[in-house]
Formats: sequence, structure tokens, C-alpha cells
Amino acid sequence: MVFLPRYLSKLVALLGVSLVLALPLTSLAGDLLPSIPKGKGEQCVEPTEIMRRNHMEFLLHQRDDTVHRGIRTTQHSLKECIECHNAPAQDGKVARVGTADHFCNSCHTVAAVNVDCFECHADKPENAQYRHALKGKTE
Amino acid sequence: MSEQQDTDLHRRRFLGQAAAAAGLTIAPGVMLYQVSARPADQAVTSQVRWGMLIDTSKCETGCNDCVSACKTENGWGTTETKSSPRQQAQWIRKVKLTDKQTGHVQSLPLMCQHCETPPCVDVCPTGASMKREDGIVLVDKHICIGCRYCMMACPYKARSFIHEELHDQKPYMPRGIGTVESCTLCVHRVDKDGTPACVEACNAEGHKAMYFGDLNDPNSEISRRLKQYGGEQIRADLGLNTGVRYQGL
Repeated sequence: MVFLPRYLSKLVALLGVSLVLALPLTSLAGDLLPSIPKGKGEQCVEPTEIMRRNHMEFLLHQRDDTVHRGIRTTQHSLKECIECHNAPAQDGKVARVGTADHFCNSCHTVAAVNVDCFECHADKPENAQYRHALKGKTE
Repeated sequence: MSEQQDTDLHRRRFLGQAAAAAGLTIAPGVMLYQVSARPADQAVTSQVRWGMLIDTSKCETGCNDCVSACKTENGWGTTETKSSPRQQAQWIRKVKLTDKQTGHVQSLPLMCQHCETPPCVDVCPTGASMKREDGIVLVDKHICIGCRYCMMACPYKARSFIHEELHDQKPYMPRGIGTVESCTLCVHRVDKDGTPACVEACNAEGHKAMYFGDLNDPNSEISRRLKQYGGEQIRADLGLNTGVRYQGL
């Protein structure tokens, strides 16, 4: 048996263990992470990082403005999210909210956060061809 | 004959080009028909009070055009398949009034009367039942807990409760299980300077029994008609100052 210093043998053992652990993880990572369908257009109404963290705040604010005060800007409206992010595929099929293909569901299932929005709101766009302007705050 | 057609075609083309040129010269990207009274980013104000006038003398017994237009527009009536008829949504219904003495029969549509002092708003424990500044009475389904106090408070039986899970709602008219709903005066259309679907259908079919407009504007058609011919409230004794008025009752 080759004599190794103590610290080196520890390092080798650690490497071996981490390799064994990492192998199945890397192969599983694809299944664990959400596959977010690409939306229409080049970019979202806000930068991706801001959208990921704050989309619920935007939606909450917008819903009160719209229902109580009649403000119907399109920038942070759930209807507009759906229009771009859940657009029908080439074959005309649209992802429904119960399935992992739906852009809300794909993330929310992983994060284990339940969304109630679609008990009332439509989960697919009415007009498949529609795409709203990014810069205009109003229609 | 063909010369006449050519002239007509030429004239039509000229008018089309002239219209396009006029549209462009006003402002680039702004067309005449897009001019809106209220920009989308501004809140509604109490300067406007939306109301409806129904001429019962023109409303025919058996005609259901306003009800079917409301169903199609807002997606109720056909979607509640598991609910019993007594549970199913009724945003607007036709009511037949018979004078037992004379046998005279009248027919009229009845829906949320959009009261100035709505009893449904008074009783709501969460603030979900609310009146917008422009007089439209709505349910904020985000905060409705489905207690149905408002349904009991409403003297017009205008509200319904959704008993079952719904799918494929209209994107502009969210509605779902466990919440109360009623006529919204087609608020999504009104916010875009439109008229409610029932009024549009009634006029499109040529009945012209329904008018929609601003009660605060003395020059609007609805105000002029109300001033000239008067308009009654249903259950005026309750002093609710309804936004929906009837003529010929």
C-alpha cells in the first residue's frame, strides 16, 4: 500500500465521495429544474431578474388598480403575461394550467407555491396572434 | 352600367386615400377612432356616473337578445353544467309583469341596478363588494370570501354565487368557484369607451329599448331622455338612487 500523508488521503476520499454524489445529481438536474417555455418577442416587460423576484408584487398592485380604479395599463397585467408566455404552439395547442408545460406551473411546481389565479382567470390567450408593445405603458 | 361602377370605384378609392391621409396628418400613429375620453393609466372619477335606461314599451315579451348577448360576452349560463337551475348564474334576466286587474303584460330586463348607495356594499365584511367612483358596482373576487351576505342584501336578486369549478373563462371577465358575481355593466367595454353588450345587442336587433350613458352629463342621450320623459326606479321606496332606470312601468 502506498503511503499517503493523512491530509492527502482525506482529500482523495472526499473527491471520491463528491464524484459519487455529483453523478446522479447532474443527470437529475434537467428533470428537477423547471423548463420555462420561451415567450413571444425579444424581452419581457421588466428584466428577467426583477420579474423572477417581483412578478407577484406587480400583479397584486395591478389587480387592485384595475378592479377598484379602472386603470387598464397593460404593462403588468396578468392577461398580457398569458398572451406572450402561453402562446399556442405551431400545431395550435395551448398549455393548460394543470400541466407542467404551462409557464406558471413549470416554476410554481418546483417552488411548491400554489397559484390561485387560474381558478378565475383564463390560462390561455383569447387571441393567438396578439403581441403587445413593450415600451408603451398604455394600449 | 360599367362606367357607373368605375366612377363609384374611383370615388371610393379617393375617399379611402383621403381618410388615410387625414388620419396621418392628425398625429403619426394616432387614428381618429382611437381617441379616448379617459387614458388607460388614469383612474375613474366621480365626474362620470354610468347608467342605463330601459324603455319597457319597446321591450318585447319573449325577446331574449340582451340576456343571450350578456351570456356570450361574459361567458356565463353555459359553463355551470353541474349546478342546478336555481344555482346557475343570472347576471341579467327577463321579468314578466302582469297586471291581474287588466291583464296588461309588460316585459323588462332586470340586472344589478348599480345603486348610488348599494346595500351589497354595506353588508360586505371584506370590502370585496364595492362601488367604483364612476358608479359601477362590482365584486372584487380577489378578496371575496363567498359569504353571500350581498346576495341576501340585494333587493333585486341581482347576484349569483359560483358553486363549481369553471374553465375557459373569458380573459377579460374572470369568474370562479366560491365567489359572488353580477352584472358589471360590461366594465371592460366601458373602460374602452364601449357600451354594454346587452345595449349593443338590443340596438343591433333594432329594438332600441336600452340606452347607456353618463347620468352626470346633461347632454348625454340618456340624461336628455330622462329629463324629457322621466324614468322610474324599481323599488324607489328604498331610496337607493339606482343607475338603471325604467320608462313605461
